[in-house]
Amino acid sequence: MNASARPLTIAVTGLNATDNPGPGVPVLRSLRDGARPGERRIGLTYDALDPGVYARDLADRVFLLTYPSAGAHAFLDRLTSIHERAPLDVIIPTLDAELPLFIALEPQLRAMGIALFVPTAQQLELRGKAQLAALGRAAGIDVPETAVVASVEDIARVDGKVRYPLYVKGPYYGATLATCREEAIAAYYRALAAWGGPVILQARVRGEEVNLVGVGDGKGGLLGPVVMKKLALTDKGKGWAGVTIRHEALVDVAARFAAATRWRGPLEVEALRAGPTQYHVIEINPRFPAWVHLATGAGVDLPRVVVDLARGETPAALPPYEVGKLFVRISLDQVIDMRDFERIVTTGEIAHAATISASLRVRPETTS
Amino acid sequence: MSSRLADLAISDTGFIFDPGTGATFNVNATGLIALAALREGVDASDTGTLAARVRERFPAAPPDLGEHVSDFVRTLRQMGLVAASERTRS
Repeated sequence: MNASARPLTIAVTGLNATDNPGPGVPVLRSLRDGARPGERRIGLTYDALDPGVYARDLADRVFLLTYPSAGAHAFLDRLTSIHERAPLDVIIPTLDAELPLFIALEPQLRAMGIALFVPTAQQLELRGKAQLAALGRAAGIDVPETAVVASVEDIARVDGKVRYPLYVKGPYYGATLATCREEAIAAYYRALAAWGGPVILQARVRGEEVNLVGVGDGKGGLLGPVVMKKLALTDKGKGWAGVTIRHEALVDVAARFAAATRWRGPLEVEALRAGPTQYHVIEINPRFPAWVHLATGAGVDLPRVVVDLARGETPAALPPYEVGKLFVRISLDQVIDMRDFERIVTTGEIAHAATISASLRVRPETTS
Repeated sequence: MSSRLADLAISDTGFIFDPGTGATFNVNATGLIALAALREGVDASDTGTLAARVRERFPAAPPDLGEHVSDFVRTLRQMGLVAASERTRS
């Protein structure tokens, strides 16, 4: 059977469905909702306790990955080993920190027959927190005043330009509100310790947070934009409930970004609405957000679009999304057999169909 | 009539969803009648007509019905659902 005729195997990273959830589980749920006959889903993750590892109905198999910090060589070795065990057709990376490595390895992965649909290194840099303000000026997108700092002395140099209160942000995740220079310095060291540099100071702007998810087609077009307003937040500011809303002004902002960068891959625009048509873009994430399954539920299956584009196919025409669709997240306990945990810890792999059969075999007999 | 008022999704139960902001509201049967009249084109400043619509359905409505309708329109205005320039005329 040739590669194009056999059923697809799609791998998805980021199964850390915690209170700061990675997007892997919702991406897998979207792919499951629209699964094609015979298609297989593979989970790729970094920690044996990532909750998505044990969600048996989402992925046929799950593999542990080598952390990106181990370097490109070790990372590619691990992907090659996984590819030998379960030949992959497409990988959808979902985490910011791993994306530079996947981008760098795209040619090697393509040579192995594994397709990605990710931005270029240059595109990734353009939307980085450190570059976002410059991109905003070039593309006519309103971005709060931002400064990149490389030292404590830099904070003293720029905090007259970006006035307090301001946010101190690491390159990937997290934002701490600082009301004075002392708080900014403390937050600077915390961000540096957690993620490394650069650290960004961003002026606080007020408004109602609205987010957009979509896919850039790599030619300047934006596919399937869906806008969501958060209705409930965790103490980390993560959306715990949200609703799709109609907002053409934000779609227009995202379309201008996609056109200016010729964005290739998924994206999330985080914005604050200051008026009916006025937005401040606070971040553009180069990946799917954790709420992407809401878009699928509203009629726009964006992970499937990425699979099609990665394989060089034209995605099916996308319908307009349904406005007024809600998501409400749930926290639940998965009860796991120690054998499952043992498998993933000792072999770095778990095959759910086999595990279920095994657990049935070892179930103690009941007495009547 | 404002475009936001026209865009509202209003159910028979009085549950209202604003698709532009994600906000949800509840109104009672009286509010539903007033909203329906506004969406049919009755001017928000014409609270006399709005009150008459309510009284058609609820003949036993209290004598100060007009004030209640004015309060309701004021609330809609504060929420941006009725244009601020439309002043109440009773």
